[in-house]
Amino acid sequence: MTENTAQTDLQLDNFEEKVANDQRIEPKDWMPDAFRKTVLRQMSQHAHSEVIGMQPEGNWITRAPTLYRKVVLLAKIQDEGGHGLYLYSAAETLGCSREEMVQALHDGKAKYASIFNYPSLTWADIGMIGWLVDGAAIVNQVSLQRTSYGPYSRAMIRICKEESFHQRQGYEATMVLARGSAEQKAMAQDALNRWWWPSLMMFGPHDSDSAHSGQSMKWKLKRESNDVLRQRFVDQTVPQAEFIGLKIPDKNLKWNEERGQYDFGTINWDEFMQVVSGNGPCNRQRLQHHIQAQQDGQWVRDAMHAYELKRQTREVA
Amino acid sequence: MNPPSTTALLDTPLLNYCIALGDDSLTLGHRLSEWCRNGPFLEEDLALTNVSLDFIGRARLFYSYAAKLEGKGRDEDDIAYLRDCREYRNFLINELPNGDFAVTMARQLIVDVYDMGFFSALTQSQDPTLAAIAAKAIKESRYHLRRSEEWIKRLGDGTEESHERAQNAFDQLWGYVPEMFEMSDVELQLVEAGMAVDRSALKANWESTMQLILKQATLDVPNENWAIGGGRDGIHTEHLGYLLAEMQFLQRTYPGQQW
Amino acid sequence: MNQQALPLFEIFIRSKRGLDHRHVGSLHAEDCEQALEYARDVYLRRSEGVSIWVVCSSDITASQESDVASFYDPMDDKPYRHATHYKLPKEVDNM
Repeated sequence: MTENTAQTDLQLDNFEEKVANDQRIEPKDWMPDAFRKTVLRQMSQHAHSEVIGMQPEGNWITRAPTLYRKVVLLAKIQDEGGHGLYLYSAAETLGCSREEMVQALHDGKAKYASIFNYPSLTWADIGMIGWLVDGAAIVNQVSLQRTSYGPYSRAMIRICKEESFHQRQGYEATMVLARGSAEQKAMAQDALNRWWWPSLMMFGPHDSDSAHSGQSMKWKLKRESNDVLRQRFVDQTVPQAEFIGLKIPDKNLKWNEERGQYDFGTINWDEFMQVVSGNGPCNRQRLQHHIQAQQDGQWVRDAMHAYELKRQTREVA
Repeated sequence: MNPPSTTALLDTPLLNYCIALGDDSLTLGHRLSEWCRNGPFLEEDLALTNVSLDFIGRARLFYSYAAKLEGKGRDEDDIAYLRDCREYRNFLINELPNGDFAVTMARQLIVDVYDMGFFSALTQSQDPTLAAIAAKAIKESRYHLRRSEEWIKRLGDGTEESHERAQNAFDQLWGYVPEMFEMSDVELQLVEAGMAVDRSALKANWESTMQLILKQATLDVPNENWAIGGGRDGIHTEHLGYLLAEMQFLQRTYPGQQW
Repeated sequence: MNQQALPLFEIFIRSKRGLDHRHVGSLHAEDCEQALEYARDVYLRRSEGVSIWVVCSSDITASQESDVASFYDPMDDKPYRHATHYKLPKEVDNM
């Protein structure tokens, strides 16, 4: 054995011991390349999801039905942007710049949550995104507060603290519709019909089919499996729907006394794969929008930079 | 549904004054909100949204006060969502489309410098509610101005392209400035009563501040030989109708519902 | 695409008077002044603080994990620096 591999073995032991003892891995610590790559992929994907997620909701800012709903929606979307920013920052601790991550997104190499490739068609979709999409995200994020990479874990803790209002406002907005006129109630039910299944898909493939899950669980990057988290989401959401008189669009949904959980129908994984691979209803639109904003802002960023250089020169002079 | 919302608002000077101030805030807040998810980079996106929230927040305060003054059961949303173009009373500059980032920031500087003068004067209003709203607004505007002033310097003294865009922005906005300092007879009555601000008295200060900032930004003060007004009389640009159509669509399509 | 990356700044917030500034995250800005303004929009949307420090990330020198032995281990053998080191009778032990 060469001295180098001996060194690496020692570092690996040290790393694995930290993970085993539930200690956090910090940016300067030695970590296996595969770990670094996985945590970077997961964080950048999470960051992109927050930022791309601004679009379907942003679609309704100028049409929000009351001034109160308008400021709530704006504040919420602003939070999503902030969360993207926290996550980009956390990812940058691994030496990958935000520009590189965004470039990978534009090149189609980096993914984001597939749910944001569905269109927000009516006002009820805004309530539904808060209630279901943020609800599903929170289930996942609460679990990730204990993820083994320190900066990711801290970003999650911060994000969970802020996100709690997102789901509540979404449910509350949906509740008002469900208790409103027949048209409003129909609008809410239609939105639930469209968003329910994509929300379940947010947790990713079944554990048995998940490409990265096993290793991520071993590293404690992921703390609970896709199916466990999905079940938790279903169990908490079904009674919420019943409470406001909306019907979950799944004829196989029923309480399983024995398991103490809901049984639910089969997810359409073909649809999921279509959307993930870039062929969902809005994939191209979302990406194009992001690229356009980036390009439109180029001259602004250039101006900032040029001004700063001039300022520094003046200070030296 | 509130029964009075289909009838015209009471036509009293103070009520109109509050509504005009609300309209200024709402139209500009609406325009700024269009930047959300479109900013030149993420940090600026969040900052623009904060400014937008401040303006929409002001609109809500002014409308709520107007509704209370009227005392007919109307609320802020009836006032925002159920008036058409001719009943809106905002300065035209606030309703103009965002244009590029330079136009947005040039407008912001014009408005922020104006707001600093206007709201510090309004804190002296004999009307305690208006004075209180002004006290809140002035704190916000101080931060807005800090941002827009910095940005105009960056754009003006940045690259050749940004300089040109910034100069064009001021050139194309300048004619919308004069109406901000023109007083109507009704408003002068409110000034007499110690309630309102004499906007014509703010002009000199506004001009000297703008000259100073534009000079530092290496930009020229545009020629002041054109003026388009009418906002306070409900004579708008063609853009406002579209803004309202979009903003009011749900309230108009499903009248009288709770949201 | 010509991407000039904006410098990275680390943000520290004092959540209320009397407490330490705590690291909360980072953001990109062209200079310290701008970083300070964006810190308000990014990290203080819910009045989380009364004071902000910004530091250019490249100005931070961090210890390496490999330094652990020489940096921190020597501190481990000085238990007398810790209050718990001193066993006192129960009657006065809440000192």
